[in-house]
Amino acid sequence: MKKSLALLLVLTLMLALLAGCASTGNAGASDEKVIKIGVFEPVTGENGGGGFQEVLGMRYANTKVPTVDLGGVTYKIELVEVDNKSDKTEAVTAAQSLMSSKVAVVLGSYGSGVSIAAGEIFKENKIPAIGASCTNPQVTLGNDYYFRVCFLDPFQGTVMANFALESGAKNAAVITQLGDDYSSGLGNFFLKAYEEKGGTIVAQEQFQTNQTDFKAILTNVKAANPDFIFAPSSIATAPLLIKQARELGITATIAAGDTWENTSIIDNAGADAEGVVLSTFFDENDTANPVAAEFVKGFKEYLKANPDSLSKNGGEGVAAVSALGYDAYMSAIEAIKAAGKADPEAIREALTKVTYTGVTGSIAFDENGDAKKDMAYIKTIKDGKFQFLKTVKVG
Amino acid sequence: MSLTTFIQHILTGVSLGGAYALIAIGYTLVYGILLLINFAHSDIFMMAGYFMIFAMATMPWPIAIPVVIVATVILGVLIEKAAYKPLRSAPRMSIMISSIGVSYLLQNLATYLFSALPKGYPTIAPLKKVFQLGPVSASLVTFLTPVLTLILVFILMYLINHTKLGMAMRAVSKDYDTSKLMGIKINQIISLTFVIGSTMAAIGSILYFTDRMSVTPFSGTLPGLKCFVAAVLGGIGSVPGAVLGGFIIGISETFLTALGYSTYSDAFTFMLLILILIFRPTGLIGETVTDKV
Amino acid sequence: MKLNNKKTYPMLSIAALVVLAVLLILLEINKNTFGMAVSILQKSAILAIVAVSMNLLNGFTGLFSLGQAGFMAIGAYVTAIFSIPTETIDSVYYTGGLAPWLKAMKVGLDVLPGFLQISLGILAGGLVAAVFAALIGIPVLRLKSDYLAIATLGFSEIIRAIISSPQMDKITNGSYGLKNIPGFALGLDFLPAGIGTLLVPFSVAGLCIGFMVLVIRSSYGRAFMAIREDGVAAEAMGINLLKHKEISFIISSFFTAVAGGLLAMFMRSIEARTFQITLTYDILLIVVIGGLGSITGSILSAFLVTAAKEWWLRFFDTPLVIGGVTIPLFRTGFRMVIFSLLLMLVVLFFRRGLMGNREFAWADLLSWPRNLSKKASSGPKTGKGGKKND
Repeated sequence: MKKSLALLLVLTLMLALLAGCASTGNAGASDEKVIKIGVFEPVTGENGGGGFQEVLGMRYANTKVPTVDLGGVTYKIELVEVDNKSDKTEAVTAAQSLMSSKVAVVLGSYGSGVSIAAGEIFKENKIPAIGASCTNPQVTLGNDYYFRVCFLDPFQGTVMANFALESGAKNAAVITQLGDDYSSGLGNFFLKAYEEKGGTIVAQEQFQTNQTDFKAILTNVKAANPDFIFAPSSIATAPLLIKQARELGITATIAAGDTWENTSIIDNAGADAEGVVLSTFFDENDTANPVAAEFVKGFKEYLKANPDSLSKNGGEGVAAVSALGYDAYMSAIEAIKAAGKADPEAIREALTKVTYTGVTGSIAFDENGDAKKDMAYIKTIKDGKFQFLKTVKVG
Repeated sequence: MSLTTFIQHILTGVSLGGAYALIAIGYTLVYGILLLINFAHSDIFMMAGYFMIFAMATMPWPIAIPVVIVATVILGVLIEKAAYKPLRSAPRMSIMISSIGVSYLLQNLATYLFSALPKGYPTIAPLKKVFQLGPVSASLVTFLTPVLTLILVFILMYLINHTKLGMAMRAVSKDYDTSKLMGIKINQIISLTFVIGSTMAAIGSILYFTDRMSVTPFSGTLPGLKCFVAAVLGGIGSVPGAVLGGFIIGISETFLTALGYSTYSDAFTFMLLILILIFRPTGLIGETVTDKV
Repeated sequence: MKLNNKKTYPMLSIAALVVLAVLLILLEINKNTFGMAVSILQKSAILAIVAVSMNLLNGFTGLFSLGQAGFMAIGAYVTAIFSIPTETIDSVYYTGGLAPWLKAMKVGLDVLPGFLQISLGILAGGLVAAVFAALIGIPVLRLKSDYLAIATLGFSEIIRAIISSPQMDKITNGSYGLKNIPGFALGLDFLPAGIGTLLVPFSVAGLCIGFMVLVIRSSYGRAFMAIREDGVAAEAMGINLLKHKEISFIISSFFTAVAGGLLAMFMRSIEARTFQITLTYDILLIVVIGGLGSITGSILSAFLVTAAKEWWLRFFDTPLVIGGVTIPLFRTGFRMVIFSLLLMLVVLFFRRGLMGNREFAWADLLSWPRNLSKKASSGPKTGKGGKKND
């Protein structure tokens, strides 16, 4: 019995080995000229939903511009997708696997923490990376190889602080996630801007990753009686936080940053989500920009053609992160064209000079590698939908 | 901290403690009889959460709840038969490794079947109704949990102290070998223990997740460990002890979080465990039995 | 086949070691083409250290401890703090900055070459863990099997909580984790850059495991085994129970922390969440599959399990299409289900694991094919009691 089991074990392992070899054998057979672009995004973990929307933007961009001509030769652009699982340690492994598949440039990631963790790997391997929606300053600071197409948290924090004060909120509470660079960073920038402009922070609470019970901290917030609650956090946390706050009888406006623009929050929090305010990069109904209008139309058709993507996107809405994903891809293409070759170092050089009019406005990178952007969109949840409230410019 | 805030925190803590108490009963009963820390119990609790999600997708809650309880009981007994019964004469370490193995399997199975992304827990409308008692506001489930816990414990205590089956359970827990010689059907009693433990875990799971609204394959791990600590704290093998331990841990955890030490709330629980093991290994209201620790 | 065993077996061992060394150097040189194999070998070597040190405690001394993840966390964090380059330390601790005394220490240590700083870090990690182990061992080691398990598990969670608490921001960077940890490299000027990716983890693993083997073969080791078999009898024979349990616990924790330090270098960035209970379970799985009480079993299983998990069984996670038909079941997560089933199989039917409590011996290996054919031919006869002594 035991011996036969041992044999069975050995056989299983051998079979597995064979299958493993077989599956790696048949890749890369064609001799087409290919440029590989790495997609470094979370599609699982706490930011899986938003990460996937960003990937969709990149995939759509890839269908729009699938090839690039360099010196008369047509190169096919191949997206190499890896999942960083919204986890900082997984992010390093995922980044390393991108490096070993020899990508010319990397796009991503949703979530600043994973981008910061992987930034060092990109820098060491001298591969440029273009962040789509990672808003923490640390992503690009001190890293010549990291660029990004979105605005930054100090800007976003200021925007929300201005908004809070303009809407008459004199007292605010800040709730942030411990150990999350995005959440605590943005929370801090909001806090600074709000106090500078004369508001009072009445409560400051923190919670742990994967925490699902916010009653204790929310009870404290309720006791402080704020007019405005700023709680930048992940999509998974948002509905729990909103529902539990309302359950405890908190009536203050709940606000957050760009991450909350995801329909799953409305689906899960239901009627309690009404009145939630958030800032974001893009609005699909803004028709002033012809590139944006064209993108919205094309992206919706792309979604309809892929039922699976459509369901994971949570309907036909066009998320800002999808638009940013598209812009990140397009800036990479522009840089490759400008560089004239698929050499990472040349692409990095080209990125510093690239200017491109994208879906989310014009994109040019400053000395830190950040896109110079000065406008944010504020949206609110009304009648179970995200509705445009106003745009805010900060000089 | 104002009085209102204090009362609100107490309410949250007692409610959490009630759910903990129900899970802790499963640990304490199994340990009393098999001398086994059933590591898989926390994952039975987690699976009960997923069962509810699927049950509520097709049926109304009054039917879904009994269905979930039955499914959880089947899972619990199945685990006992498959993973613990074959090892009855093996060293204790082997059974414990087996229970860790089952826990590992259930977590991975849940990840595979339901993905690691949090799944929204269905809303049982009457339980989520918000009540306002003076300045204190909470949903019905928060008020209901401790009350329901106490009722269930009284029923269970009656079962254990005043029925034949309960007497058999106590006998097996006192002396496994002798009770076997006395003609008690050991396997039947052990199965019964798992039935009771799983039922409590299922009810606890409904109360716990209704309040928290999302389930992941790992949402059982930490509550499970805390509930085991609750069982040890109260005195392992003792049902009232498990309940007392559950409430103590629930309340202290809530206050630690409220005071801004949320990272320490888990650590505190384990600190409590180590202290109790050193200074009062029989727990707060456990019987003094030699050579159990 | 007649062989002069006394001469042949050591020769065979040396030959095997030489072959291994040559293979490692070859892989080391071609590490860019064999990236996957290199990273799996690194991880296996690291896990082999933890598995052997867990085995020393659980298999040889009979102390069922589940605190491995906590000790690894200590080792990893101390090593990381020592080895993160001083010039980038501020960007790592960008939220609150590093505590002044630690910074002063790092600046002071900068006179040493990087290689020495890292070795010092690994050693310091081990020592810190050993001190912790000595302290908590005094109360905890009095507890019996499962209580000890849950107490050590609790301890590991306490360490994790302390590391990630905001109060430790200036030392451990709280729950933000540490990055910029240098990878494996010898960093010696006369060698080409980047040499050491495999040699460093393998030589450290060799040293650590070698030391533990020496301990097990010493009179201490025999005392450990006596405690495992029967504590009361061992005490009656004059073995100081608590002292020996403490020694075993301290040694095991030291090497677990060393492996934790290597893990930090392997992962390049760590956070408290890396060291959850599941990490301990992963190691327990390796030890159980290898056989409780077998050093070679643990090593073998560390390599087999890691390779199978990270590489050979990967295909379970991707949809499989044969002849246009998608085979059901194959998708993300299936690999881990197979793995846990395998573990249950071993636990229930194959309790001794790969090696039981025996060690690898050339004699067994050489006679294995013969034994197998013998057993196969006389299969029905041996039936019930014949194999008790294997």
